[in-house]
Amino acid sequence: MSERRRNNSSRRFAKVNRAVCVACGTCASVCPKQAASIKNGCWAEIDTAICVGCGLCAKACPADCIALAERAVAG
Amino acid sequence: MKKKKKWYDYLWIWTILYFALGFFNILFAWLGMIDFLLPLGFAVFGGNKWFCNHLCGRGQLCMKLGGDLKCSRNRPTPSWMYSKWFRYGFLIFFLAMFGNMLFQTWLVGSGAANLREAIKLFWTLRVPWGWTYTPGMVPDWAAQFSFGFYSLMLTSLLIGLIVMALFKPRTWCTFCPMGTMTQGICKLRHRSHAD
Repeated sequence: MSERRRNNSSRRFAKVNRAVCVACGTCASVCPKQAASIKNGCWAEIDTAICVGCGLCAKACPADCIALAERAVAG
Repeated sequence: MKKKKKWYDYLWIWTILYFALGFFNILFAWLGMIDFLLPLGFAVFGGNKWFCNHLCGRGQLCMKLGGDLKCSRNRPTPSWMYSKWFRYGFLIFFLAMFGNMLFQTWLVGSGAANLREAIKLFWTLRVPWGWTYTPGMVPDWAAQFSFGFYSLMLTSLLIGLIVMALFKPRTWCTFCPMGTMTQGICKLRHRSHAD
């Protein structure tokens, strides 16, 4: 596991609604952690292990297809 | 953490340059074919939207104006604008208008119609643009294509800027015909992974 994944203690992460995503790549261009990418030109994908839940992608997404979700608490 | 800029992060300059060149010589409109063929090439041969995601100068320009320069109200895009019906409907309309432009080019080429040195904004408003072309420089059909293609490019830019100002910087991307077409191609290519 990479260091930035191990150090990720955020409580929230971004989640993509694939049915609505237009794969424009706005989320990937604004993500400060480079956690967002476009999968096969079909939709955006967020690496939840890297995502810190800052919400920048959700704010920038023109199709409003990204929402923040709470991480499940272990134990 | 700031991302390191790559050469393609400056392609918004290309978009400004393209429209500026068309203001002086309409034949530069042919360069816009790059923006038509490259995304299709990436989608058909590469199965990706790398053009939209990295090379689209128009999208970058909207991000610059709407994001960095704060020319956007940053309001949510109306949901109908990114609904499948609207996206594919606009794609069909756009392709029909593109076909009409090709037909006009053919009419001029065959001598059935005269060259019209004007551009059409929003497919309806005729704007004189004759100073950008000296008759006889190229065959009339090539000039007619330039006027028609530049009209299409300028109209879509204006729509993009209007929705950028009203909604989010890249709202245009939600119903951009090239984006819809390339995403459709990618979904077909990767249908085993698609829903």
